[in-house]
Amino acid sequence: MMESGPLTGPVPTDGTAGATHPRSAELSGVPAKPNPASDGQIGGTFWRRFTFRRPLAALILQRLGLSVGLLFAVSLMIFGGIEALPGDFATTYLGQSATPQAVENIRKDLGLDKPWTERYLSWLGGAVQGDFGTSWASKNSVGEQISKRLGNSLFLAFFAALVSVPLAVGLGMLAVQFRNRLPDKIINVVSLAAISLPEFFVGYLLIMFFAVKYGIATFPATVYDSMSFTERLSAIALPVATLVLVVLAHMMRMTRAAILNVMSSAYVETAELKGLSMFRIIARHAAPNAVAPVINVIALNLAYLVVGVVVVEVVFVYPGMGQYMVDAVTVRDMPVVQACGLIFAAFYIFLNMAADILAIIANPRLRHPR
Amino acid sequence: MNLRSIPLSAWIGIAGIAIAIFCAVFAPVIAPFGERDVVGDIWLPAGGDFLLGTDNLGRDLLSRLVYGARTTIFVALAATVLSFSLGMLLSFTAAVVGGFTDQLFSRFNDLMMAIPTLIFALVVLAVLPQHLWILILVMAVLDSTRVFRIGRAVALDVAVMEFVEAARLRGEGSLWIIFREILPNTLSPLLAEFGLRFAFSILFLSTLSFLGLGIQPPSADWGGMVKDNKDGIIFGISAALIPGAAIATLAICVNLVVDWLMKRTSSLKGGRGDA
Amino acid sequence: MPEMLSVKNLKIEATSYPPGEPPKVVTLVEGVSFDVQKGKVLGLIGESGAGKSTIGLSALAYGRGGVRITGGQVLLDGKDILTLDRNGIRSIRGARVCYVAQSAAAAFNPAHRLGDQVIEASLRHGIMSRDEAKKRALYLFRVLGLPNPETFGERYPHQVSGGQLQRAMTAMALCPNPELIVFDEPTTALDVTTQIDVLAAIKHAIEETHTAALYITHDLAVVAQISDDIMVLRHGKTVEYGATQQIIEAPREDYTRALVSVRQTKRNEAADQTGTQLKIEHVSAGYANGFKVLHDVSMHLPKGQTLAIVGESGSGKSTLARVITGLLPPTEGRISFEGKELPRALKGRSNDELRRIQMIYQMADTAMNPRQTVREIVGRPLSFYFGMHGQKKTERIKELLDQIEMGSRFLDRYPAELSGGQKQRVAIARALAAKPELILCDEPTSALDPLVAEGILNLLLKLQEETAVSYVFITHDIAIVRAIADSVAVMHRGRLVRFGPKSKVLSPPFDDYTDLLLKSVPEMEIGWLERVLQTRRMESAGN
Repeated sequence: MMESGPLTGPVPTDGTAGATHPRSAELSGVPAKPNPASDGQIGGTFWRRFTFRRPLAALILQRLGLSVGLLFAVSLMIFGGIEALPGDFATTYLGQSATPQAVENIRKDLGLDKPWTERYLSWLGGAVQGDFGTSWASKNSVGEQISKRLGNSLFLAFFAALVSVPLAVGLGMLAVQFRNRLPDKIINVVSLAAISLPEFFVGYLLIMFFAVKYGIATFPATVYDSMSFTERLSAIALPVATLVLVVLAHMMRMTRAAILNVMSSAYVETAELKGLSMFRIIARHAAPNAVAPVINVIALNLAYLVVGVVVVEVVFVYPGMGQYMVDAVTVRDMPVVQACGLIFAAFYIFLNMAADILAIIANPRLRHPR
Repeated sequence: MNLRSIPLSAWIGIAGIAIAIFCAVFAPVIAPFGERDVVGDIWLPAGGDFLLGTDNLGRDLLSRLVYGARTTIFVALAATVLSFSLGMLLSFTAAVVGGFTDQLFSRFNDLMMAIPTLIFALVVLAVLPQHLWILILVMAVLDSTRVFRIGRAVALDVAVMEFVEAARLRGEGSLWIIFREILPNTLSPLLAEFGLRFAFSILFLSTLSFLGLGIQPPSADWGGMVKDNKDGIIFGISAALIPGAAIATLAICVNLVVDWLMKRTSSLKGGRGDA
Repeated sequence: MPEMLSVKNLKIEATSYPPGEPPKVVTLVEGVSFDVQKGKVLGLIGESGAGKSTIGLSALAYGRGGVRITGGQVLLDGKDILTLDRNGIRSIRGARVCYVAQSAAAAFNPAHRLGDQVIEASLRHGIMSRDEAKKRALYLFRVLGLPNPETFGERYPHQVSGGQLQRAMTAMALCPNPELIVFDEPTTALDVTTQIDVLAAIKHAIEETHTAALYITHDLAVVAQISDDIMVLRHGKTVEYGATQQIIEAPREDYTRALVSVRQTKRNEAADQTGTQLKIEHVSAGYANGFKVLHDVSMHLPKGQTLAIVGESGSGKSTLARVITGLLPPTEGRISFEGKELPRALKGRSNDELRRIQMIYQMADTAMNPRQTVREIVGRPLSFYFGMHGQKKTERIKELLDQIEMGSRFLDRYPAELSGGQKQRVAIARALAAKPELILCDEPTSALDPLVAEGILNLLLKLQEETAVSYVFITHDIAIVRAIADSVAVMHRGRLVRFGPKSKVLSPPFDDYTDLLLKSVPEMEIGWLERVLQTRRMESAGN
């Protein structure tokens, strides 16, 4: 897979951004020691001067650029990669018994006779404007379908985040507070078990109990346009609960680790030796430094949520992007698969970028350059 | 190593894994019925001839569970071993050779990781023909990106140590440095990572099978069994939950062992998060 | 005079959790008693693991990690603080007893301005109003000689240098007008030329504010400058406790005597220094990002002699070692060995060229593969360079172990089973195994306790006599240079400042930097600090 032609394309694209690779950029942005002698040498290019004077702005610009580049490379990979893989769509589309003439016609019909670069450019041009072509299976506009379903998926993910983020941060703090004591150990074992549960198992377990046995929740979680807001909420109660359970354990464990890291730092010891109250130590000395890692944890887990949505939607027969994509994959409806893949990847990249940028902004060393 | 120093939780994990492997190896001996034999009515309740009842086609659920252990563990293990070898080879090469090679591998890895694993798998499996080896390969390649990242971090950690520099100054070749100086010092964090990847592979394979893109019927595998029996849920038939519980139990057991390994080696870099 | 702090029969324990074994309780400190009076300084001195920091923190009723104070009394102004409840202890910490940590860079919160952190304890304990606290901080910044005292408090910790941070930490401790300050190795992480300024500032501030202080350090010469009394600690127990003058000039215990007389190894320099086994000509080097670390450095070393390269951190001395080994190819200049130019990069050198130059590192811990036994570590060069194996190899390893005064019972030990000094000896044996003509020693003794370091230095000298090996000895410690060097190179900011025979380099007339460097090294002599400061004042008055 690595040797295939189109796939090597993205590398140089990314390589130009590679000069501003996250880690090295962070290091060069924060000179470990002031070096008056080197000040004179920092004339250099405009960018180098900019990096030195406004490290924060420069780093954020770098991250933005990196993400755009990454997204572009991913689009090439999703489109071009598929081209490079074996298998002829026209034959797949018609079945093995199709006549050569029929295959030829269908190729023309789907535009497969044009060179892939041309098709890629027109696809990308359309994608930027929200036009993803027409589905092979249903002959509907992919963009229209997606615009409806994307809203549904985001609705689901939003409420899952709304519940899980405060809960995870709260439980993480609780675990830190009772570090190595019973509550912490219980949280540890339970969360360890929770990260081992497959989403569909959690989903069906909830359905079995709450929808079938007690009948207090609805299944399947169908939503349609004429539904009121509260009706929608009750419809997504179980899928949201599933997503929360799946993402909670991860987020909580990472939050605990991030806060513990800050609490064991020398400056928290200093605060303790100043005789400050526990509340002040946490609020004034630990919290400002824990914000960045915790935000990072949250953003990473929201990215995870994007993926979790796929399985949960299938389990609950929820009309979102994930189900749309899985259905398209089973019938090999390529325009839909490509569009969904690109959108999921875009959300994922965006959330990771947001995590990076928030962490940069929260870093006092970068906020107050020398 | 002192056997008594292994905590109870790890013992539970080891026992669970041992039982699963035993089932996988001796499936034909243990299973009361054949993997694909229709032996009764559909969705019979547990008890009587059928210890766990029957499935949506009237096959014995216990027998399929035992055979399913075989498929699930074999495919997950094969994918993990492959992804681990690939990830380790590339990451250690990147860490030891450095320079352009390192940049190239690392940037390509970043690119691969920019797409969520499941989405990537869906896109790729939409195009590729359905074969077992293709499934294993896809899982392995996708998972190797995670192994690469961890492997490179661990190897770099060790590679900057002075004893590696001392070996370089002595004139040792790259192979000696990788296998004699670096590898022995990275074994325990990598062992923990292997367990983590294995647990992830079990879950990932089950998810793919559940979505209908993994192992194809009529072969029994745990994720696929959940898919087969999911329609029974609304009638209050718990046949789908049993293979689901099997997946969860095995993954928990592996994670219990990993947790213990991780505590023994606190130097492991990177979180356990994955997407 | 009433005792400000009186510690009686202190016992401190900790629970350790060795992997694979049940947890066990270790005694860190036992039976330690001392008194500190108002305006007086007690120096606590000892090697690493002597329990000195643990004792210092007990004055704040604080234990790091699982450390617990299990016995004795800590009387602050006559009242036992160990019997206080949480709030009682809180009201003492940061108000009546303050703490100055070794690494101020880590101890300051990166998210807040220095000024706010300095006055925080005074405000929180209601000792003074914000305005009063700010005024006092300004006063202390002046006393401690910080640059731009008016605006210094507005800066963030990462915006000032290490020496300034250490002084800011002292200001933070002094701000609430405490009765006692605990200084925990406040100058250990600093360069000598910075250390002397911080030391002087601390001494001045203590005199100005009449506070009592505990000064913890491993450097007897430093503590002699600042304290009125000294307590020598070893393995958590008191070795000797007395007035500074008595400890320095008439130590009663063998251990104290050894500490005082450490660095008494003396070796006269070789008369003939004309040979050039190693020749470094106009070498410049830098890193890939274009940052230049070495500028036009030239020096040479005759066979069988020792060249000491001395300088502070950032002087480029370790970079020079990397250039000689070929790890960092020079951008300009050449290096020749035995009259033949060495290939610039490691890859270009033959195994024989590599064999002739060996290296010993500062941290023996990281310089040896923890998964290999002493036999494997020392044996590898034998099989790699000489193709030895079997009985012959074992015999040779045993010989080498005898040479480093360790013996063959260590053959199958792992590095983790050896003490710091033993590890460094094995590292020396590994270098010797290659039958080298030159050994690069990169601060091989600076991570070791003084007595152990002395043993290593003597071993190196003995080996030089036996095998006529040459040393390039990189160090920041002038005393070591005096003890073992034939020729000396002084480096500063990547440039060679001074080079020649030891007797010439270390005698006047000096250049400015060498002068500063030599005068900054604390001497084991009471009143040395005052004398240096006096000279400085006279010089600046003269200018």
